[in-house]
Amino acid sequence: MIYFEHVTKTFGKKTVLDDLSLHIPKGKITFILGKSGEGKSVTIKHIMGLMKPTAGKIMVDGEDISLFDQHGLMAYRKKFGMLFQHAALFDSLSVCENVIFPLKEHGTMPLVEMHERVDEVLEMVGLPEIKQKFPNQLSIGEKKRVGLARALAMAPKIMLYDEPTTGMDPLVSEMIDELITEVNAGNPELTSIVISHDLKAALATAENIIMLYKGKVALTGIPDDFRHSHDAVVRQFFSGRVEGPMEFL
Amino acid sequence: MSSYIRNKSTLLFSVLGLRIIKGVSRFGAFLLFCWETVKHVFRRPYRFELIAQQIEFIGAQSLNIVIMTGFFTGAVFGLQLGGIFKIFSSEAMLGGATGKALTRELAPLMVAFLTAGRSGSAMTAEISTMNVTEQVDAMEAMAVEPLSYLAVPRLVASVIVFPLLTIIFIFIGVIGSYVIAVSLFDVDVGLFLDKIVWLVEPKDIRDGLIKSVIFSVIVAFIACHSGLHATGGAKGVGIATTNAVVTMLLMVLASDFLVTYLQVRW
Ligand SMILES: Nc1ncnc2c1ncn2[C@@H]1O[C@H](COP(=O)(O)OP(=O)(O)OP(=O)(O)O)[C@@H](O)[C@H]1O
Ligand SMILES: [Mg+2]
Repeated sequence: MIYFEHVTKTFGKKTVLDDLSLHIPKGKITFILGKSGEGKSVTIKHIMGLMKPTAGKIMVDGEDISLFDQHGLMAYRKKFGMLFQHAALFDSLSVCENVIFPLKEHGTMPLVEMHERVDEVLEMVGLPEIKQKFPNQLSIGEKKRVGLARALAMAPKIMLYDEPTTGMDPLVSEMIDELITEVNAGNPELTSIVISHDLKAALATAENIIMLYKGKVALTGIPDDFRHSHDAVVRQFFSGRVEGPMEFL
Repeated sequence: MSSYIRNKSTLLFSVLGLRIIKGVSRFGAFLLFCWETVKHVFRRPYRFELIAQQIEFIGAQSLNIVIMTGFFTGAVFGLQLGGIFKIFSSEAMLGGATGKALTRELAPLMVAFLTAGRSGSAMTAEISTMNVTEQVDAMEAMAVEPLSYLAVPRLVASVIVFPLLTIIFIFIGVIGSYVIAVSLFDVDVGLFLDKIVWLVEPKDIRDGLIKSVIFSVIVAFIACHSGLHATGGAKGVGIATTNAVVTMLLMVLASDFLVTYLQVRW
């Protein structure tokens, strides 16, 4: 459903995505793996149209998204819910105001129902009691759960999670991983794209995995393909060793 | 030797040319930004609540300082002019002269300077912080137009608040000069007021308020534009904010000259 066709992205002299082609299927949980700085966040910002490719095109549901004008782009984005890597909560708004924000902007439901929905999604991320707090009073783990609640509020067709469990303790991580699976199981139409370093979670949760390396796809397939891969880069990523073909710079 | 000089001057010209092209294209981009923002003013959703918040923010933040500055500006002007008018034994003119100067020039300009320093900088800092921490991206990701949510309320609020503050500044300034006139130059109260009414015409008030609206637009546009284009973390926020305030002050002064020229000539 989402296709990258020969996408290149450069910042100044630095090439982050290098002739990248990939496919993200509809209705599944796709994990995007890759080491830090590999361009994972850049990749999903391209999907949202928050960044534009230097070359190549991105097709979503058969449409080239770089051809959208501002108005079309806004309409297109309503299909998505996105959790940002650093949560990106509005720090002048309370937790409740943050989560209700997309509902108020686009929703047509009465205010009472909006508040019910806010309670519901905050319950889902395990933070029912913090509605009146402000982002600067929260830990990074809590912020990200609020960000997740905000992304879920509109019940989007496509969910993008940028490192949903980074900065959380093992128990909460587990809970969030289960939540991703649950949300996806509850809606067979929903496409989930998860960026992660967490291999264990990827193998347990993913239905499809894409591993990025040097701006290209190193390997893509189901978890078993990764378990049995003999590719040196994939093996090194799995073993977590510093020695190997992967360069850290 | 001559080819060396020619090369050097070509280099100079090409560097200069490049600078000019860059400057012009940046100014063009800025104008485009302004135009887009103006279009959003008239487009749904109308964000009355946010506008009210911004009015309160700008107004409340700048009111005290506008009152204080207004009083002292009027008083100092009264002192300076009083000394001159005394030579001609026409101290009663003091009120009129101060009133005229305040209305046409000092009030709109001082209000723009004070508000640029107080609220313009705060606006830039707030928006650029949102920008470098991806809050603006998040807003776009939720299909909300940052121009409509962030820029429009600040623009509209500025256009409303600047003239109001200008009027307050004039009023307080006149009181300041009145205190000086009565206490130091023994001017009669009735005469003082008479001369103001005689010298300050409705046209002066109109011209002053037009200036104030123009300054408000300049401050708001520069604040929002700098904020939405800030990059590079906390340091970037600092750079964007100082640059924005300097640009605001220069642009306000330049446009003040232009507008005054047009107003005086026509
Ligand atoms: N707006 C930008 N301007 C310039 N360079 C950028 C920008 N955004 C990302 N980059 C660069 O692109 C590269 C990839 O960044 P990205 O955030 O996608 O990494 P990532 O894979 O998400 O890493 P992490 O796991 O640490 O989040 C980095 O080297 C970064 O410096
Ligand atoms: Mg990232």
